[in-house]
Amino acid sequence: MGGEHDFDDSAALLEQVSQALGNATPLRIQGSNSKAFLGRSVAGEILDTRSHRGIVSYDPTELVITARGGTPLAELFEVLDAAQQMLPCEPPAFGENATVGGMIACGLSGPRRPWSGSVRDFILGTRVITGQGKHLRFGGEVMKNVAGYDLSRLMAGSYGSLGVVTEVSLKVLPKPRQTLSISLQMDAQRALQRLAEWGQQPLPITAACHDGQRLNLRLEGGEGSVAAARDRLGGERLDASYWQDLNEHRLSFFDEDRPLWRLSLPPNTPRLPLPGVQLIDWGGAQRWLKSDAEATFIRSIVEQVGGHVTGYTPGLTDSPFQPLPDALMRYHRNLKQQLDPRGLFNPGRLYAEL
Amino acid sequence: MNILYDERVDGVLPDVDKNALLQALQTQLPDLEILHQREALKPYECDGLSAYRTTPMLVVLPRHIEEVQGVLRLCHERQVPVVARGAGTGLSGGALPLEKGVLLVMARFNNILHIDPAARTARVQPGVRNLAISQAAAPFGLYYAPDPSSQIACSIGGNVAENAGGVHCLKYGLTVHNLLKVDILTVDGEHLTLGSQALDSPGFDLLALFTGSEGMLGVITEVTVKLLPKPQTAKVLLAAFDSVEKAGRAVGDIIAAGIIPGGLEMMDNLAIRAAEDFIHAGYPVDAEAILLCELDGVEADVHDDCDRVRQVLQQAGAIDVRQACDEAERVRFWAGRKNAFPAVGRLSPDYYCMDGTIPRRELPGVLQAIAALSAEYGLRVPNVFHAGDGNMHPLILFDANQPGELDRAEALGGKILELCVEVGGSITGEHGVGREKINQMCAQFNSDELTVFHAVKAAFDPSGLLNPGKNIPTLHRCAEFGAMHVHMGQLPFPELERF
Repeated sequence: MGGEHDFDDSAALLEQVSQALGNATPLRIQGSNSKAFLGRSVAGEILDTRSHRGIVSYDPTELVITARGGTPLAELFEVLDAAQQMLPCEPPAFGENATVGGMIACGLSGPRRPWSGSVRDFILGTRVITGQGKHLRFGGEVMKNVAGYDLSRLMAGSYGSLGVVTEVSLKVLPKPRQTLSISLQMDAQRALQRLAEWGQQPLPITAACHDGQRLNLRLEGGEGSVAAARDRLGGERLDASYWQDLNEHRLSFFDEDRPLWRLSLPPNTPRLPLPGVQLIDWGGAQRWLKSDAEATFIRSIVEQVGGHVTGYTPGLTDSPFQPLPDALMRYHRNLKQQLDPRGLFNPGRLYAEL
Repeated sequence: MNILYDERVDGVLPDVDKNALLQALQTQLPDLEILHQREALKPYECDGLSAYRTTPMLVVLPRHIEEVQGVLRLCHERQVPVVARGAGTGLSGGALPLEKGVLLVMARFNNILHIDPAARTARVQPGVRNLAISQAAAPFGLYYAPDPSSQIACSIGGNVAENAGGVHCLKYGLTVHNLLKVDILTVDGEHLTLGSQALDSPGFDLLALFTGSEGMLGVITEVTVKLLPKPQTAKVLLAAFDSVEKAGRAVGDIIAAGIIPGGLEMMDNLAIRAAEDFIHAGYPVDAEAILLCELDGVEADVHDDCDRVRQVLQQAGAIDVRQACDEAERVRFWAGRKNAFPAVGRLSPDYYCMDGTIPRRELPGVLQAIAALSAEYGLRVPNVFHAGDGNMHPLILFDANQPGELDRAEALGGKILELCVEVGGSITGEHGVGREKINQMCAQFNSDELTVFHAVKAAFDPSGLLNPGKNIPTLHRCAEFGAMHVHMGQLPFPELERF
């Protein structure tokens, strides 16, 4: 490996955490700050992970890549691309300089998520600076590993509140041989019905988004299966860049002025009667809502169908992440207390209590 | 070093008045079935790791979740250790009972609660057998992907507790990748829902943390799994090689060609002969190694991939490549592999199955080292290998009736696992740590890492009553274990006192 900026700066990161432990100063962990708009704001001394960067190892035939937390996501993608491989969960970057560490901390996945799995599903191992000021290794670089508790996957989506992820090993896969995107005219209700039917059949769908008027699909696989699905489903060709624009919130839907909410739902939930406009992604399991409605109102509707809501526009609510039931919050607090007893890492980013 | 619970190094367990506990359970939970007489307890003294046995103090067999809650509350009040158990097929002693503990058998919770074909999910009780889920989903063209070899008997609650694998993990993932939601009861009987019907949930990913936690953090009371559409077709190729190195390289070549097989299995000569002798699968008994490569999916893609894989195998130096000509032959090819354990069992009165994982590129070196260890310890070791995902199952042959052979088998097994750790692998890919690999955990993790594991445990079970002694060794155990295994001249855990 060895890019020109590669540098193992873990000793300096560890030193900063040790000092923070000594002075009881909370830390605000950040890479490029591309996802700072998510979650609650954190007051603390900045711990910048970007100096600790580089691909540590990558052997395409092992299907495993290991990268330092400060490595730009773009660099990771470039290296995988050169070997005709990919990180199937398609994490959005939300900024040119987004880092691998931020990807893990936020745990966000792109359009392929319902078919491929999420960021956490591709994590094999991590190195973490803990709340005790130790630099430790959990999991590893092998596909199957059930030794000890799965602390690596726990890091995904924890928004840096359980430790500083300095390194991660990820499972990667070969890119599909063939990709084709199509667009079909149909209303949302019908699209959800069709998706539920198609989901029970071995069709090579790897992305499905309804934009209000059209159902957009991505077909991926071998030449034969993609051609057969294309013949069966019909529709017009769609440029593949659509999925990137959807993932990075560059579609015109996202330009609208009203606040943005993310709804995570059981995939076959019917269209929800909420004020504002909606975009259906993940074959129905993730829906974007542009709405002036109150958080509590949106949440009450979404909770009824077994989903949850995240506020994507800062400043709308004191708790952008859906509040947890009391018992579950108690165990979250216990876990935070055990792993970060001094409350050093991103205090309050996820919830005020953590 | 004995793996049965040893209060000296594993921690003192509270003394419990068996009769008082029995009486309290009978009074508070009059409908609960309780086993308390010696003969009745006997069948529960071990799980699938039958070389190790401990008679539990009591066995309870609840039929209602409220009874499970009642048992947990009462045991928590009285500080009684509880070991949860499903079908008891685990191979690492994860459900090995305690003399001072209650064995909580969840096997009676065997109802499939709901199959939702439109959402592609199944909501089931923890005692439902793995295969029963796929059978119930079959009328909808769906199935549950993880298929541990014990799938006809093992229960889904145990699969979650162990993060069970199988032969299709490279493509379809482990248990953790195929779950949506798990309901649990905490040590004091409080109900928590982890995950949801949606693809993610707010807060920490406790579903991932609980999967594979070996009954140490809570008791599983309900599981919602993802179902997948059944692949349209599956074809299998059998390739014979005159060296394991070539077979190992062929695996990398298949993946380098951009192909992810549904299953990719390797067997060495000793395992091939044993399987052929037992099943008559048509394996080439002179080959040093065979690869079984299954390709599944849509007809047209599978056909193309078979051609590609055949070419790759030939270029990698296979001396023979055969494709199963029909479904009967495909099933026969697999039957040899799936029966490899009992087949090997016919070679020897006893065998001890290991479960290490390694980066695939390390395979030739590791197999050589295993052969050397095999000679050193005087015990034969056939190898079967989930080649796609690096999970090895060396089978150590021994005779427990020969004095010292079990000890030698254990010692050899320990060496193999430590070897896996040295090359960057893990001591367990899918069977779990349980009691079996409790000492090798000390080789894989340092004392700071183990301390973090104990902190996780404390967040959910501060009194340590759930399945004590499993999964994570105490630092004292590691200190003693380390004293016997000086590694590269360095005593592990030098900071700890020796007892």
